[in-house]
Amino acid sequence: MATANASSRSGAATAVLTVEDLSVHYDTHAGPAKAADRVSFALQPGERLGLIGESGSGKTTVAMALMRLLRPPARIAGGKVTLDGRELLSLNEEDLRQARLRDIALVPQGAMSSLNPVMRVGDQIVDAIRAHSRGDNRNDISGRVAELLRSVGLDPAVAQRYPHELSGGMKQRAVMAISTCLAPKVIIADEPTSALDVVVQRQIMQTLGRLQDGLGAAVVLIGHDMGLIAQFSDTIGVMYAGKIVEIGPVRQIIEAPKHPYTRLLIDSIPGIKKKQKLRGIPGLPPRLVNLPECCSFHPRCPYAFGECKTVTPRQQEVAPDQRVACHLYPEHDRLPERPAATEVPA
Amino acid sequence: MNKELLRYIGMRFLQFLLVIVIAVSINFLVPRLLPGDPIESLIARLQTSGGSQEMDVQAVTDAFRAKYGLDQPLINQYFNYWRDLFRFDLGVSLSSYPQSVSQMILRALPWSVGLLATATLIAFAVGSVLGAKLAWPRSSHLIRMFVPALMVLASIPFYLLAMILIYLLAVVWRVFPPAGGASPTLIMRFDMASALDILQHAMLPGLAIILGSVGLWALGMRSQTVSVLGEDYITFAQAKGLSPRRIFYRYGMRNALLPQVTALALSLGHVVSGAVLVEVIFNYPGLGALLYNAVRGQDYFLVQGVVLMLIFTLAVLLFIIDLIYPLLDPRIRR
Ligand SMILES: Nc1ncnc2c1ncn2[C@@H]1O[C@H](COP(=O)(O)OP(=O)(O)O)[C@@H](O)[C@H]1O
Ligand SMILES: [Mg+2]
Repeated sequence: MATANASSRSGAATAVLTVEDLSVHYDTHAGPAKAADRVSFALQPGERLGLIGESGSGKTTVAMALMRLLRPPARIAGGKVTLDGRELLSLNEEDLRQARLRDIALVPQGAMSSLNPVMRVGDQIVDAIRAHSRGDNRNDISGRVAELLRSVGLDPAVAQRYPHELSGGMKQRAVMAISTCLAPKVIIADEPTSALDVVVQRQIMQTLGRLQDGLGAAVVLIGHDMGLIAQFSDTIGVMYAGKIVEIGPVRQIIEAPKHPYTRLLIDSIPGIKKKQKLRGIPGLPPRLVNLPECCSFHPRCPYAFGECKTVTPRQQEVAPDQRVACHLYPEHDRLPERPAATEVPA
Repeated sequence: MNKELLRYIGMRFLQFLLVIVIAVSINFLVPRLLPGDPIESLIARLQTSGGSQEMDVQAVTDAFRAKYGLDQPLINQYFNYWRDLFRFDLGVSLSSYPQSVSQMILRALPWSVGLLATATLIAFAVGSVLGAKLAWPRSSHLIRMFVPALMVLASIPFYLLAMILIYLLAVVWRVFPPAGGASPTLIMRFDMASALDILQHAMLPGLAIILGSVGLWALGMRSQTVSVLGEDYITFAQAKGLSPRRIFYRYGMRNALLPQVTALALSLGHVVSGAVLVEVIFNYPGLGALLYNAVRGQDYFLVQGVVLMLIFTLAVLLFIIDLIYPLLDPRIRR
């Protein structure tokens, strides 16, 4: 059912990355924490998917699962990931090593600390290139390094510097130079700007956009800032408590969000409506261990009714290419006006 | 950049000099601040302990008096002390009169340095690699069983370990000679036979040192590696698709070793004071045995000489480490 839908829905035949029912559990003393729960999406070549959700909603977990970089206590509990026609989750060590960076590259969360402090930036780029090719001659490579650094807006002289000699923005750029050095088909950028100030954030996002256009790569951009994500993406996926609760084209999501949580996220963008008070989302996300059968958002949902507390909603297509997991549908065709009476106190 | 580096080296050198001056001054002052005449009391002790039967007590006393000019003002004594140090004149041994302390130290030094430096470096290298491998995910079963055993070995009292080794390898199987630095019959030359003989004698004490300390190095390295493993740059190195080997050595061990290097320098420093226990147990003719005998024979000047030597070497080693460290860790260069 859900599995079959996921592939047919987005034209899996042409997709460069297909994720079907990907589940990741962290084994804890209290039981498995479902940090990613039946996550499905498909990515067309060159597509920009924005994954948004509060901190702790499982975004990094999904990113690491796609890179197969999860470490215990995390484990992939199920699902299928097809990268360019190959089943990623069953690749052997060596094929996986080769696929990393060449086919699927990560711009990690915490890029500030992702560079080896005792190696020059240039050497760390060379390292990445060498790992995927044999017998390159030296001049070729140093020319390539200079070109890569320029492509992310850095002076080629940065190759001779150590990470601690660079600013946060420069480190982020250096990491992007590494991640794009082999022109991967898929780039996963996990909150690439969250540690930077607003001006630098903007520049970095522009650089990422330019790189992606140049390479024709598909991008999964992870973040928690709806404004930033909406500006960048073609498609937006909203994560809550390990699940994608809504996914669809960016216009539809912004103009006609279907899931109450998406609406709250959009309302929390400052400055979209004038003079609006900054609004947070009341309540806390649930613990992910031993979640009972229910919609995990119901305690915070202004629309919640009886069924939300007893039945886990399944994803359904409510508009072209727009899927949502919410019991309001298919009864309603759009999100009703916010019911004032049931509002959750902040 | 270069100016900064020069400044850095200059600062470290000043620190080094300061340590030396303070250490030497304390070494000079302490005996003179003690109530009474140090020489007089030394001689008295020697006489009562009967440790110097054949020694002409009066001659020794006169020699010391003339040498140290204890009737002169303190400041003059201090400068004389420094002058003597620069000539590597550390005084005369009391227990082996009239041998000079510097002679005795120079004779013992190569034994200690040869044995201990080699053994310490081997233990460090082996222990570090094993400790790092132990911390690394999916290390082999061999390492998982073998290294903890080494750690247990490190907790056995050293003399016991030495006794077991002597018993097994010198008594039961007679593979190596049980004691001494070389065969008594050996005529020391620069040839294969001498080298082999010395090596054979070094095997047991060397093995004891290595077995006794490799587990400690592994232990330290394991915890360093565990913390490095959690670093983002390891994850990113994996994301780059580097080979596990490269990640282990260039990203993992390379960073985990940094704190270990200082510990290595310190334990190398102790090479000079000799490993007293090792050398006494194996009757090895190094500085440790010398120090032990000096203390037992209340050979005051000899003890002082060895201690000064130790302080000096430690200071030199730390200075060298300070110079090398920026090469190992570029973050220090600031
Ligand atoms: N090592 C771990 N052990 C147990 N649970 C973890 C661990 N790491 C993450 N989690 C859980 O996984 C959830 C998702 O984390 P993460 O993917 O980092 O979220 P995000 O990137 O969206 O902030 C968190 O709510 C957290 O409770
Ligand atoms: Mg995250």
